[in-house]
Amino acid sequence: MTEAENLVVLTDIHLKRAGKPVLDSLSLSIPHNSVTAVIGPSGVGKTTLLELISGRLKPDRGYLLVDGLSVPDLGRRELFELRKKMGMLFQSGALLNDLDVYENIAFPLREHTRLPEPVLRQMILMKLELVGLRGARRLMPAELSGGMTRRVALARAIVIDPVMVMYDEPFTGLDPISKAIIVKLIRQLNSTLGMTSIVVTHDVHEAMQIADFVYMLGHGKVLARGTPEEIKNSQRDDVRQFLQGQADGPVPFHYHADEYLTDLMRTDSEKGGAV
Amino acid sequence: MIIALRRIGAFSLSSLAATGRACILLLQMIVNLPAVVRRYELVIKQLYRAGVLTLPVIIVAALFVGMVLALQGYNTLVDFGAESSLGLLLALSLSRELGPVLAGLLFAGRAGAAMTAEIGLMKATEQLAGMEMMAVDPVWRVLLPRFLAGVISVPLLAILFTAVGIIGGYLLGVNILGVDQGVFWATMQQGVDFQQDVMNGLLKSLVFGVLISLIAVFMGYDTSPTPAGVSKATTLTVVLSSLGVLAMDFSLTSMMF
Repeated sequence: MTEAENLVVLTDIHLKRAGKPVLDSLSLSIPHNSVTAVIGPSGVGKTTLLELISGRLKPDRGYLLVDGLSVPDLGRRELFELRKKMGMLFQSGALLNDLDVYENIAFPLREHTRLPEPVLRQMILMKLELVGLRGARRLMPAELSGGMTRRVALARAIVIDPVMVMYDEPFTGLDPISKAIIVKLIRQLNSTLGMTSIVVTHDVHEAMQIADFVYMLGHGKVLARGTPEEIKNSQRDDVRQFLQGQADGPVPFHYHADEYLTDLMRTDSEKGGAV
Repeated sequence: MIIALRRIGAFSLSSLAATGRACILLLQMIVNLPAVVRRYELVIKQLYRAGVLTLPVIIVAALFVGMVLALQGYNTLVDFGAESSLGLLLALSLSRELGPVLAGLLFAGRAGAAMTAEIGLMKATEQLAGMEMMAVDPVWRVLLPRFLAGVISVPLLAILFTAVGIIGGYLLGVNILGVDQGVFWATMQQGVDFQQDVMNGLLKSLVFGVLISLIAVFMGYDTSPTPAGVSKATTLTVVLSSLGVLAMDFSLTSMMF
């Protein structure tokens, strides 16, 4: 794949947090107009990846291009300009609690544009219709269910017509119906609005359903990449363990600790008896 | 011993670092001042929440403080036959010290803590991160209006505290203890200097306003995004701004009077 086909390119990214390597020589690229899923167990650096792409975090080493711009080198103003082309769906929705649904979606428009109120209204109603919540426009965030919150947040993320939308665990904690709605919406937004989508998730089933490309992360690296079919047929043990949801395997059940018997027999140390 | 020393060192270092971050935040807010002038309605909303909603507390507290001052002052002054100076005593102590200091303390408890809790919760629920992702800087959109509202409110509340306190003292001193009404006002008029007493009191309260508001927004913005973090930040806001007001009051007083 050449540069022109990819909206986001990460090359040899290294990142340490609290002395522990989170990303270790990670390279991946995200093509235009595709749905790319990044899967992997919790705590493997998936969300960190989104923070890097959106410029909220800087890598220790490596190249990171979004739309041809090197994100870590951007100044605050340029970064904010770039972010106007990005939408992000947070796991919690991150809706502003003191504004109702309508005003929440209006927020980015009011901050960045000076559109007359009737135009604003039309744009907001169009996005609300898209996520099926036109009737909920006067509800407050506290009155919404989990699935509705995420749909409102999605409407807000796309109201400025971004080039790219990042989804942070969009399926976590939703009932099956809401999950299906979100799956449908991500796919639909991608095809009708021509956006590039990055979906970070540990819900394998949903990821395989919507993705054109799948990256599986582990140990700060890409363990497997390819179409959902290719990933499913992967022969790697760690990939298969994750896809089939086995409790023990290459990813051990036990957190790193001393040998069990020695730990039990120990009498000297304080309560924890740390490693 | 070594561990104790190490703790002291770590504590000093982290306090210093926090002070530095607070100063940087103050600079960021000052840089963003022009942006908020265009969106003054944000400040007005916060003025209502921080200033207007603190009014009942200020008025009730000031009435009681004024009455207590009148009572105590009268009991002492009457021994020297100087109960006619009650008005002067009230006006000086309120405008120089009690008005600014108590208004500041009450503001820190009522509005400062609320600011910290609100901003801290916004951080804990990713609302601030969400704003950043929408290319909106929380420093000017969320923090600056609240900071400005605090800076504007505290001096106004302090003046009000002084005025209501004098009314409280008047009600008790003149109506119940029997100090002469004309004398009460006359001693006040003679003894209080506008520049020396009133303006200095106002300056004090302005300094307190900046101090409390900065601590309040900084603590909320700097909190660790957990329930424990937010509650700790709220407590720290009240404790630090109260101590800060008292310490600042001492240094300002020693320079002014």
